[in-house]
Amino acid sequence: MKKNQLMEKVIHGIFLVLGLITVGCVLLITIYLVISGIPAIREIGLVDFLFGKQWASTATEPKYGILPFILTSIYGTAGAIVIGVPVGFMTAVYLSKMASPKVKSVIQSAVSLLAGIPSVVYGLVGMLVLVPGIRKIFNVPDGASLLAAIIVLAIMILPSIIKMSITALDAVPKEYEDASLALGATPIETYFRVSVPAAKSGIAAAVVLGVGRAIGEAMAVMMVAGNVPNMPDSLFQSVRFLTTAVSSEMAYSSGLQRQALFSIALVLFMFIMLTGATLNFFLKRERE
Amino acid sequence: MSNVINVKDMCLWYGEHQAIKNVNIEIPEKSITAFIGPSGCGKSTFLKTLNRMNDLIPGVKITGDIRYEGTDIFAKDIDVNNLRKEIGMVFQKPNPFPMSIYDNIAYGPRTHGITKKTELDEIVENSLKRAAIWDEVKDRLKKNALGLSGGQQQRLCIARALAVDPKVLLMDEPTSALDPISTSRIEELVLDLKETYTIVMVTHNMQQAVRVSDYTAFFLLGELVEFGRTEDIFSQPQDKRTEDYITGRFG
Ligand SMILES: Nc1ncnc2c1ncn2[C@@H]1O[C@H](COP(=O)(O)OP(=O)(O)O)[C@@H](O)[C@H]1O
Ligand SMILES: [Mg+2]
Repeated sequence: MKKNQLMEKVIHGIFLVLGLITVGCVLLITIYLVISGIPAIREIGLVDFLFGKQWASTATEPKYGILPFILTSIYGTAGAIVIGVPVGFMTAVYLSKMASPKVKSVIQSAVSLLAGIPSVVYGLVGMLVLVPGIRKIFNVPDGASLLAAIIVLAIMILPSIIKMSITALDAVPKEYEDASLALGATPIETYFRVSVPAAKSGIAAAVVLGVGRAIGEAMAVMMVAGNVPNMPDSLFQSVRFLTTAVSSEMAYSSGLQRQALFSIALVLFMFIMLTGATLNFFLKRERE
Repeated sequence: MSNVINVKDMCLWYGEHQAIKNVNIEIPEKSITAFIGPSGCGKSTFLKTLNRMNDLIPGVKITGDIRYEGTDIFAKDIDVNNLRKEIGMVFQKPNPFPMSIYDNIAYGPRTHGITKKTELDEIVENSLKRAAIWDEVKDRLKKNALGLSGGQQQRLCIARALAVDPKVLLMDEPTSALDPISTSRIEELVLDLKETYTIVMVTHNMQQAVRVSDYTAFFLLGELVEFGRTEDIFSQPQDKRTEDYITGRFG
């Protein structure tokens, strides 16, 4: 009896420690990012840093404005959402409500496969197919552009949007749909006027999840966006994202430049925290 | 008195399992017909066939002939959505949509093309009045319907069904999830409604059948054992199995 209780306590303790390790990691990363991100912002000035339009870290008179990266990340993510969400959402409605079980299982495996493809492969295919394609179709000097990044990101966020939306749509009680059909509504009408509204917070969460994935993606966009710190004035501009701004210079950076990279990481971290909080908000509402 | 629905030699299979066996019945207009029988005998299945809600279940096969006002409901050129508008349905568990009371009632009319606000307002008010729930909800039409009590929700569902102006109302154990007071309110309501509508009601409660119905059909193992005026079925059943059931010897 006593021995059993002791055992319980020990196991309980082990699990608690494991849980605390996770919390500790998050805290450590946050604190580290804040501590290492602040000095450069102090030195450059918050406004000059966030709203400066020019990034020239290796010039004799270096400029550390990250507005191009911030805007590129926002435009790139927004573009991916504008393309990816309607496609993913429609796919989810089709799979959850209309497709036969056989079709559903085939497409769902394809979606899972898409989710498992490493981002470097997306980047590679983008480089070999999309970039030259854009150059030819739009007749621009370089296809590596914001547009290419948007398309790649849109495809990359599809799996999470589809999966989350399906989960939300599958959870809609069949009674609602029956009631609608029994009133003489067609199945399609029923899905869009009853099932989708009933699943809306789950679908919203799917969108936020897509935003999180798109904003944090580095490898694929580095390969297809051109990776030049331009302001994203047009879809065909070669651009650099927040993520790739950090990774492309980290290896050879030093001094203030290196500190500025940490500050960029901090800004990115804030963005991702914000999407995470939004996601939690929607998931909580879904549960209620 | 004429019949609204005529069923001839109807059989239904769920895959290999035959749930309805050769049923013949004629449902009289503007009256209440009760379906009774032990659970699993096919009452709900038969009821759902009448507005073709069974079509949606994969693997269902139906044979025989069902006519609504003389037309074959399985004819190729029949508009199922229109059939379901004519033959409304109320479910066992109250199932209002997770939207406002107003939108619940307006859902059907909007589906069938009514968009004018004044017209919708009128339909909403009339339907809620006919379902005897107007006084309870008239000040909270914009509130979510899920905030109503179970009995109110069920009357709301009846109002929602009435809003598309059906001729027939199918009800599948509409009071089985409700308390006695809500149950008697629904029973009163149903008795009122038969002035205007033909009502078919599944019930597992024989007292309820006696209280409200004009005709009773007794189902057993997918067969329609006996059908007749309610007082006859309960006072002098023709079939031994009916007698056993209503005297509580099984089921
Ligand atoms: N969707 C379904 N798929 C397969 N079998 C079903 C389905 N619905 C009902 N059944 C079967 O059909 C028979 C009649 O069921 P039901 O009509 O629900 O009976 P009741 O309403 O009288 O209780 C039962 O044996 C039940 O198991
Ligand atoms: Mg039943």
